[in-house]
Amino acid sequence: MNEWRATGSMQWGWFLLALALLVLLPLGFDTHTMSLLLIWALFAMSLGLLWGYAGLLSFGHAAWFGLGAYTYAIAAVNIGESTVPLLLAILVPAAGAAIVGAMMFYGRISDVYMGVITLVVTLILFNFMSATAGDAYRIGDARLGGFNGIPGFPILNVPGMPEVSLFGVPMYYVCVAALLGCYLLARWLLARSFGRILVGIRENEARCELMGYNVPACKTAVFAISAAMAGLAGCLFANWAEIVTPGVFSLRQTAEVIIWVLVGGLGTLLGPVLGAMALGAVKLYLGEQTVIDNSLVLGLLLIFVVLGMRRGALPTLQGWWDSRRRRLSLAQGARRRLGASSEPTA
Amino acid sequence: MDYAGVVALEILYMIAFLALISAGLAIVFGMMRVINLAHGEFVMLGGYTTIACVKAGVDVYLAMLVIAPLVVGAMGLVVERLIIRWLYGRIIDTMLATWGLSLLLVGLVTLIFGTSAVSVPAPIPGYQLGSYQMGGYNLFIIGITVLLLVFMWAVLRFTRAGLIARGAMQGPEVVAALGYDPGKVYMITFTVGAALSGLAGGVLAPLTGLLPSSGGAYIAKAFITVITGGAAAILGTLSSAAIFGVINQLVSFASTPVIGEIAMLALAIVLLRLMPQGISGRFFRGGT
Repeated sequence: MNEWRATGSMQWGWFLLALALLVLLPLGFDTHTMSLLLIWALFAMSLGLLWGYAGLLSFGHAAWFGLGAYTYAIAAVNIGESTVPLLLAILVPAAGAAIVGAMMFYGRISDVYMGVITLVVTLILFNFMSATAGDAYRIGDARLGGFNGIPGFPILNVPGMPEVSLFGVPMYYVCVAALLGCYLLARWLLARSFGRILVGIRENEARCELMGYNVPACKTAVFAISAAMAGLAGCLFANWAEIVTPGVFSLRQTAEVIIWVLVGGLGTLLGPVLGAMALGAVKLYLGEQTVIDNSLVLGLLLIFVVLGMRRGALPTLQGWWDSRRRRLSLAQGARRRLGASSEPTA
Repeated sequence: MDYAGVVALEILYMIAFLALISAGLAIVFGMMRVINLAHGEFVMLGGYTTIACVKAGVDVYLAMLVIAPLVVGAMGLVVERLIIRWLYGRIIDTMLATWGLSLLLVGLVTLIFGTSAVSVPAPIPGYQLGSYQMGGYNLFIIGITVLLLVFMWAVLRFTRAGLIARGAMQGPEVVAALGYDPGKVYMITFTVGAALSGLAGGVLAPLTGLLPSSGGAYIAKAFITVITGGAAAILGTLSSAAIFGVINQLVSFASTPVIGEIAMLALAIVLLRLMPQGISGRFFRGGT
């Protein structure tokens, strides 16, 4: 693994191509479905940053996704305008993750134990939100609503203009901006020494610690940043669905995002994005028919990837492409040398 | 006074319930350091096996105590050969693969049995405790759990197989030094663990209606009980089941069952933060 591959590098050409495609897409495709796929892609990318680069697997990333969705809904009902709720939906999950993360990482908790704790946090939120039916459970004007969730909160509007709501194509462009913005932010973070330290922690935590880096602080920071992105995805999801239910905290949500990241590829940002969009589309398609159960397909896929394709789709393809290119350039080099040595005799 | 009796019995039942659903997972984790996230689905399949047998006219005790463990044990054997054995020593990968297995099993059961709840009536009638109506079947579950734990302890302590099993808890090289193939020991361990899960599912089937998604209700509780208990399969599981059972029921009686469960989960986080090696890693090192 060479120096650049360790954290990946910004490929501006591909980025601009993707931007152009995404901007032109509403001309030919249904933006409603596409918005959902982009939201899932952002959610998967947030876990991809945490798991693929820092090596921290959260079994409860849905906690931050759901917290973002609920925070937005509750704040939007109380405030009525969407700018502050949007910011809160990013800050509250980040703060929650910073607290949980600091508790875990300063306590030297890793691997399985981190898995249990993140899972349990999600379960607590799920159980609590499911049990909040009735008038007793309200935050300001927002009734939490138990299993039925919170419907009918004000959706995103143009900042400063509460009467101009964003839905349909403008909502789609908000999702595009969120995904690409977070991608640039993640790339920027990874290009700095912070990103190198994260990869160092993933590869050898003890060595990083001995070199004088503050490992628990870095882990907590990346955990909070990842949760902030997941919270933003959750907030967009709430706006897309126009209702939030405890389902956002479910184990299925957590399982799905892990599968998307794993299938797409660990140690890349693009892999989780593509994994989420491809598998999300498959999920939507499977949801329309009743012959094959969705979880059956997901389960088989997860087992297959863990056993057979350890690195996920994108890194596997990349490795294949790199080795092919190396062979090609080797062959070319050999031909050139042969040509050079044969010239004087000709 | 009667009320105190009711509370005490409910606490005992909860401890037995937690120990029963955790036993299979604890053995597999203690001996193989493998976390089986499909454990809840194994329990669920034990329940479905029992219900299918009862519907086919088989005696309910035969179905839950013999057939369910055998069927789920056989399935565990297949799973170990096909999936688990490739992943020894890669604990996170095992968790992911077994999570995939759990989704797969939920999908399969949905395909076969549909999404509506199925149940069998409890074979033991209720009884009167003062002015309270109590479920007689709860006592049966407490009895079964005590018998099971005593049996497991006796096997681990006094038999050749138990000696090998305790060797496996120390590490695969100890098993090899005793003259056995660690791979084979792991295979048998996983099968026995699955069979215990099937037994738990069978015994609990009359109490709770079953859905394909029922496994999710067990896995989290079993998971925190085992991890908080630590590596010692019996002592660790029993001590964490006792702590969680008491807290869950006391808080449930004081408020609502949901708050009770939340209290139990929150306590699990605190305990794990204080004792990352589990209760048995902290207090009973080298125990069983």
